Amino acid sequence: LSSSSLLLHHHHHPWSPIMETTKSMRRARQRRSHSSSQFRYQSSQVELTPLPLLKDAPVAELHDLFCKKLQQCCVLFDFLDCVADLKGKEIKRAALNELVESVATSRGVLIEPLYPEAIKMISVNIFRTLPPSENPEFDPEEDEPTLEASWPHLQLVYEFFLRFLESPDFQPSMAKRYVDQKFVLQLLELFDSEDPREREYLKTILHRVYGKLLGLRAYIRKQINNIFLRFIYETEHFNGVAELLEILGSIINGFALPLKSEHKQFLVRVLIPLHTAKSLSIFHAQLAYCVVQFMEKDATVTEYIIRGLLKYWPKTCTQKEVMFLGEIEEILDVIEPSQFMRIQEPLFKQIAACISSPHFQVAERALYFWNNEYILSLIEENCQVILPLVFATLYRVSKEHWNQTIVSLIYNVLKTFMEMNSKLFDDLTASYKVEKQKELKRERERAELWRGLEEYQERRMQMLTEAARNQRNLQERGERGDTLNPSSPQTAHSDQPEPKPSGASSGAGESAT
Amino acid sequence: LREGEVSKMAGADGDDSLYPIAVLIDELRNEDVQLRLNSIKKLSTIALALGVERTRTELLPFLTDTIYDEDEVLLALAEQLGNFTMLVGGPEYVHCLLPPLESLATVEETVVRDKAVESLRKISQEHSPVDLEVHFEPLVKRLASGDWFTSRTSACGLFSVCYPRVSSTVKAEIRQHFRTLCSDDTPMVRRAAASKLGEFAKVLELEYVKSDIISLFTALASDEQDSVRLLAVEACVSIATLLPQEDLETLVMPTLRQAAEDKSWRVRYMVADKFSELQKAVGPEITKNDLVPAFQNLLKDCEAEVRAAAANKVKEFCENLPEDNREQIIMTHILPCVKELVSDTNQHVKSALASVIMGLSTILGKDNTIEHLLPLFLAQLKDECPEVRLNIISNLDCVNEVIGIRQLSQSLLPAIVELAEDAKWRVRLAIIEYMPLLAGQLGVEFFDEKLNTLCMAWLIDHVYAIREAATCNLMKLVEKFGAEWAQNTIVPKVLGMANDPNYLHRMTTLFCINALSKACGQEITTKQMLPVVLKMSNDQVANVRFNVAKSLQKIGPILDSNALQTEVKPVLEKLASDTDMDVKYFAQEAISVLALA
Repeated sequence: LSSSSLLLHHHHHPWSPIMETTKSMRRARQRRSHSSSQFRYQSSQVELTPLPLLKDAPVAELHDLFCKKLQQCCVLFDFLDCVADLKGKEIKRAALNELVESVATSRGVLIEPLYPEAIKMISVNIFRTLPPSENPEFDPEEDEPTLEASWPHLQLVYEFFLRFLESPDFQPSMAKRYVDQKFVLQLLELFDSEDPREREYLKTILHRVYGKLLGLRAYIRKQINNIFLRFIYETEHFNGVAELLEILGSIINGFALPLKSEHKQFLVRVLIPLHTAKSLSIFHAQLAYCVVQFMEKDATVTEYIIRGLLKYWPKTCTQKEVMFLGEIEEILDVIEPSQFMRIQEPLFKQIAACISSPHFQVAERALYFWNNEYILSLIEENCQVILPLVFATLYRVSKEHWNQTIVSLIYNVLKTFMEMNSKLFDDLTASYKVEKQKELKRERERAELWRGLEEYQERRMQMLTEAARNQRNLQERGERGDTLNPSSPQTAHSDQPEPKPSGASSGAGESAT
Repeated sequence: LREGEVSKMAGADGDDSLYPIAVLIDELRNEDVQLRLNSIKKLSTIALALGVERTRTELLPFLTDTIYDEDEVLLALAEQLGNFTMLVGGPEYVHCLLPPLESLATVEETVVRDKAVESLRKISQEHSPVDLEVHFEPLVKRLASGDWFTSRTSACGLFSVCYPRVSSTVKAEIRQHFRTLCSDDTPMVRRAAASKLGEFAKVLELEYVKSDIISLFTALASDEQDSVRLLAVEACVSIATLLPQEDLETLVMPTLRQAAEDKSWRVRYMVADKFSELQKAVGPEITKNDLVPAFQNLLKDCEAEVRAAAANKVKEFCENLPEDNREQIIMTHILPCVKELVSDTNQHVKSALASVIMGLSTILGKDNTIEHLLPLFLAQLKDECPEVRLNIISNLDCVNEVIGIRQLSQSLLPAIVELAEDAKWRVRLAIIEYMPLLAGQLGVEFFDEKLNTLCMAWLIDHVYAIREAATCNLMKLVEKFGAEWAQNTIVPKVLGMANDPNYLHRMTTLFCINALSKACGQEITTKQMLPVVLKMSNDQVANVRFNVAKSLQKIGPILDSNALQTEVKPVLEKLASDTDMDVKYFAQEAISVLALA
């Protein structure tokens, strides 16, 4: 089975960055691989004996033999010790191969009694606590992943599961009794595997499960939500975000209109906040695809999306800023003009900010918008609004930017605007200096206001401290049951010098009465 | 009452507001996030200018309504509101702060929510019992039954602060809400509840700890998600502390045993990480019967993470064993596992062990240490991983007290030499930092004989950080062994480097002089060091010359005025007219600092 046959809907997927790393991952050093803690829990090692081949079995005994092979494949082996029980490993491998072959090619094998046995075999093999990462600061872009040591068996188990789900004999009504919520939850947890080969299988399998077991759909979506929310707000670590997003891409595709509020909530509260992740670059392509899918389904979500992106706009990471700009362009490519008008103001304020970024890639990426014909037509239609928003920035940056490419790009943009609306352009040029002055004046006024406020605060704080001190003194005396001298409480103040030659200084007030 | 009075005074003349509220609110609405953030951070200034009345009636409603902002602004707001009691008129009005904080406690961003909860916890203390029931507790209930997980998560942190001060009816409601959240649909909320379980247990009456908390604890400890289960382990410590000894076996131990053998290594890791606390909480009897075997298992766990966490606890665990049969337990149950860990396959495990293993010698005494521990120390001193060796060396003091360092010194030396020459400069740096300690423990003779050469070799290391650390090390050694020792052993070698063909080494001489002059005193500085420094002012490398100026500035205060005037001044004046800009600059600086102008 080639890896490409596993890819879902590759026709619309921006694969490039992921496939590249995946290829290099495949070459990763095997010796670093690591198994999970499952092995510890096997009570005693069973010795396997080879069973007759499935293809030689008489029809009457086929199901029984199939079942026995499934049971045989429930035995787990220690792959960290690569020479341990080689014979057993080989018997299991051969049995798994036969099971895969049989499910994939022969009809009538999958009868009801085999379902629980098959699901049990799959569960026993794949469900395990993933081992701790060998590299706690694992960076999927830089580091080589730790590969699953038991892959020689695990791969065949996944392959069997996939063939099982894809078999023409597969009956969802029978499977749903065993592939239940608990099963799916464990399956989803495996997406955190560091091994890209495993995640690739999981992606395809989950996609099939979602497609065939309708009763699990809502549950799967909810649990994916939980995984994402945990990733965003708690751990910032989950290896399978890109794969899950890819499945969601095709799920969103199938949403019915009008969009349910559950789906809108998913967009606003999960997909948009996913943009805040540190590791955005790993799954940005898939994420942007999902976002654009939503827009194409229902244009009214456009405003939520753009305002969300603006809220989470990167403050310090220019690499992410470039990704955001890329996503904005993808959105603008399909935006409806009426939606564009709703968000043009905040959006172009941000674009202006990007143009004045000292990082030339950010400025350049923003200025490229003017090379996009559709965007340019939107800008032209709304020139009266947009030009005043960006003019001051363009004017200033054209004089200040250190990078010549940026300067010449800005000249082009200014020229475009001049051609679009020369009257407005001239007005803005004429009023530029005046506006600058006004701005400076406003700044001075602000500074003045705050100076006044702070002076006032200082005076008040002094008064308050004094008042509090007096109050405390009154109170302390009251608590002690002393008789107060109402006409001059100040004389009892501890700060007042007391004509006492000795004695406690803090208790001075007391001794005065 | 007292603060209320004060705030009334504050409010009395605060209402003739100096500024129209619109101007101030404009500041909080500024388009520029940074300016908005600055304004929010000075919210107390604005409130003070408005006075308590208008803060309550105008500012707080504005803040409550415009809660949709950048998280950074919201974070600052959540923090400010925790200190706002005075500014709204004192404790009798503190409940006015609840609406904006309630909204903030529901936002998505964790840091904002956490800060809002922190502020709510803070101001809950300022509520009267009546206000707590009328205003605060309903807020907790609303949060606890919120639609989105964020508000329910926030609610988890608020139960324990209001529970002790409300009526028994309300208490029953609070317990019910907490119970509901512990079995919430979303794992995020269950995690929040599990992490507050211990805290909540502490404020509950014992009967409810036994009835409510234990069942919640048991349920959370067997949650389907390991991230929830591991939080129950933390709660276990608090719960076990609250219960009488006779109940522990039936109420806590089954769950704890299960956690120690959980199928997820994260849960077992948590048990190992909290082992000392658990041990104290369950007491000596259970420790002997249950925790000792559990600890052995953790030390032999199949995941290195768990073994390392357990290895870290070896010393504390042994220390806290009941004294009557501590030695026997260690010798028969713990030591065999420790011996295996010495040759573990994972370096983090070995290194964790090495950082505590020396501590066992004080517990086991001289004879056991020599017979059983010493071979382990020696094995670790030869470990292939430098961190393991370093951890042993850095804890030598424990062994020194028990058996004296001589027992070790034969093996110590090769280990030190090897670390001193390690290819990784960070390793070399680490061993340099232990040198003064080692010198103190090994004594001056051993040092002169075996280690002095190493210390001098570091001075010409090709990494600057090492040369710098070596310089600092020399200073500490002189402080320990005295000026006379310095004069005889290191000063001649340091000064000899002044003629080295490599200018970096010549500069090292200057750096050493900077560091050593004070410890060596006036005599050595004037007679031996100063002539060398002065001579180096003719160096052909400008960097050396300006470092001469810097050195003169540094050692100037140690010299007498005669030397300063007759020897230092002319040289600095010459350097002040150097062709190199930097040399001039530093020479002039030295002249002005030493007041030689």
